Amino acid sequence: MLPLQIRQLAVCIDNKALLHNIDLTLADKGVSILMGHNGAGKSLLLRCMHGLIEPAAGSLQWAGIHATDINSRHRQAMVFQKPLMLNRSVAGNILYVLKLRNKPKDRLQQHLQTAELESQSRQSARSLSGGEQQRLAIARALACEPEVLFLDEPTANLDPEATQKIESQIHHATGKSIKVIMVTHDVAQARRIADDVVFIHKGAITEHTKAKTFFTTPESKQAHDYLAAYVKPV
Amino acid sequence: MTTFSQVLSEVAMLLSGPDPDLIEIVGLSLRVSVTATVLACLIGLPLGALLAIRPFPGRGLCTLLINTLMGMPPVVLGLMVYLLLSRSGPMGFLQLLYTPTAMIIAQFALVLPIVAALTRQQVEDSWKDYCDPMHSLCVPTTSAVQTLLWDNRLSLLTAALAGFSRAISEVGAVIIVGGNIDHLTRVMTTAIVLETSKGDLPLALALGVVLMTIALIINALVFSSKGKLA
Amino acid sequence: MIKNILLSLSVLLSPCLTHADNLADDKTVLLQSTTSTANSGLYDYLLPVFESQTGIQVNVVAVGTGQAIKNATNCDADVLLIHARESELEFVSQGYGIERHDLMYNDFIIVGPQSDPANIANLNTISDALTAIADTQSIFISRGDDSGTHKKEVSLWNNADTDPTIHSGKWYRETGSGMGATLNLAVGMNAYTLTDRATWLSFKNRGSHRIVIEGDESLFNQYGIILVNPAKCPRSNVESGQAFVNWMISETGQSLIEQYKLNAQQLFYPNASQ
Repeated sequence: MLPLQIRQLAVCIDNKALLHNIDLTLADKGVSILMGHNGAGKSLLLRCMHGLIEPAAGSLQWAGIHATDINSRHRQAMVFQKPLMLNRSVAGNILYVLKLRNKPKDRLQQHLQTAELESQSRQSARSLSGGEQQRLAIARALACEPEVLFLDEPTANLDPEATQKIESQIHHATGKSIKVIMVTHDVAQARRIADDVVFIHKGAITEHTKAKTFFTTPESKQAHDYLAAYVKPV
Repeated sequence: MTTFSQVLSEVAMLLSGPDPDLIEIVGLSLRVSVTATVLACLIGLPLGALLAIRPFPGRGLCTLLINTLMGMPPVVLGLMVYLLLSRSGPMGFLQLLYTPTAMIIAQFALVLPIVAALTRQQVEDSWKDYCDPMHSLCVPTTSAVQTLLWDNRLSLLTAALAGFSRAISEVGAVIIVGGNIDHLTRVMTTAIVLETSKGDLPLALALGVVLMTIALIINALVFSSKGKLA
Repeated sequence: MIKNILLSLSVLLSPCLTHADNLADDKTVLLQSTTSTANSGLYDYLLPVFESQTGIQVNVVAVGTGQAIKNATNCDADVLLIHARESELEFVSQGYGIERHDLMYNDFIIVGPQSDPANIANLNTISDALTAIADTQSIFISRGDDSGTHKKEVSLWNNADTDPTIHSGKWYRETGSGMGATLNLAVGMNAYTLTDRATWLSFKNRGSHRIVIEGDESLFNQYGIILVNPAKCPRSNVESGQAFVNWMISETGQSLIEQYKLNAQQLFYPNASQ
């Protein structure tokens, strides 16, 4: 469903323009990362891309289809910052989506496997650890068999081992040529998995560059300062 | 003066031999209140959930109304159902006054606002977490209602119990629409009123103890089933 | 349309019904009755006999006489059995009832605490007794519910030329409740009250209360029985209702009433004119 084309997008909440003059084109597969300070509007832009928020102005289209159109949203899946665990078993959480999307039930095992949750399949989802919950949320999103996967800070507050497992799930997704668009604060992680980076500052995009370029020679001063703060020796 | 030892000996008397009259009364109490509660849940659960997740004009007013109806005095409701079902009333042709069905209708109307209001509050609270994921998955409203009801099943079981407690313990409505007719519409609470009016306070209190024992058993059954539902 | 919805609803509800629930059955009579006859156990004694002789089941709704008349006026009765002669005649003259029959009688009594604070136990007439209660401002509990007993009490105060209602809330206290609840209150408050003898004899929470006044002619308590008029109430079950009224005033019914005793005391005296 690529490319995603955003033209002169603005989003207002309570009469405040939280996103403005957004122009962006995402044409390539792989992992696109949205970076920026807290409150810059990264999560908001992610929601707009997924069609959950109607923009105040401008246009946002997936291969020419409006983002809020149900036909484009059906081909996407999103994992929110605080993933929702349905009050049922681990398997029940994935079966819920398989049933909703009319997918065969026997794909359950394969999704559990990718998420490394086979042994917990009958356990209550809400009794899982933070990392396991996040993996289940991603597995559930992948059970939709989307073409685009949105991830909102999937590894916030996770230890390195749990983070590594999530990243391998992401890797698995891109291997199936699913486009991943993800918000993260973790610069090291972004370096590991990003193909391109979009930097947002105070509701506007300051740059969109290939990952290699971004981490060595960022174009915008804001991105430069952000990275500098991160690598500053302790 | 009525002493507790008198009450206890009456309780022992009531429970010692299986008195067919008592069994009949207990059976009817359960039949009426359980049926009323089940029907009220069938409508009240989805209604409450819809109120919580589906915005429409007048939703606030609906919520206010249902919350207020929770405090409806059973006597007033009984009178309204009586006027409706009376042979000279608009639904007199159904010939339902002074039948267990009339009692079920009255208790259904008493329980419905309780189930709907408690469901609405519970579902609204969890909807905050479910709203975005449900929209993201494009879940249709009817499925969202089902999902939220199932995911909140433990809290909603308590809501149903609250409704059942209201039904099994009320006397004002059933005595008016049921008439406390022996072997036809006499239930635990109306029997207690009758024995009180006969001045047989130990028997009245003993019946109260039996009623509470039954309520205890039902609560225990529900409590023990919670583990299986979780 | 609404009728159809309701009918389908009642079909939905019908699995939880048994055939015995159906009041529309020809073989049932709906009797609106005063409480004293029900609470004293008279119906438990009479109705099984009637049922076995005729196959007709009588469903008794026991409420105060005022409420019974109101319910019957709403057609929620086939037969009315109460004790307030004037209201009964009015009910018939308004066309709600076909004919009123005297059925039986007993008497009212005044019960009060053992200590008898107004000192009325040795007075001869009810009027003197009520005057003494008013003068000493001894607590008197009134039904205050438009029942047959309450109507009788009001007429007794009238005869004594006293209006107790101006003292309502002080020594004159109106419960607005049934006879049983009122007796419970009188016992609890050490107060006097007017009751029919049948209710008193079958009442179990008497405490140390006793009968202080009885036997005055004006304490006569007549019960009447009325068949509800099908012309006003087309849904009433007139055939079975008539059978019940006829049986109650027949020799069989009357002699059974005569024979009914509680603790070896007769509660009702049959006096139907044949």
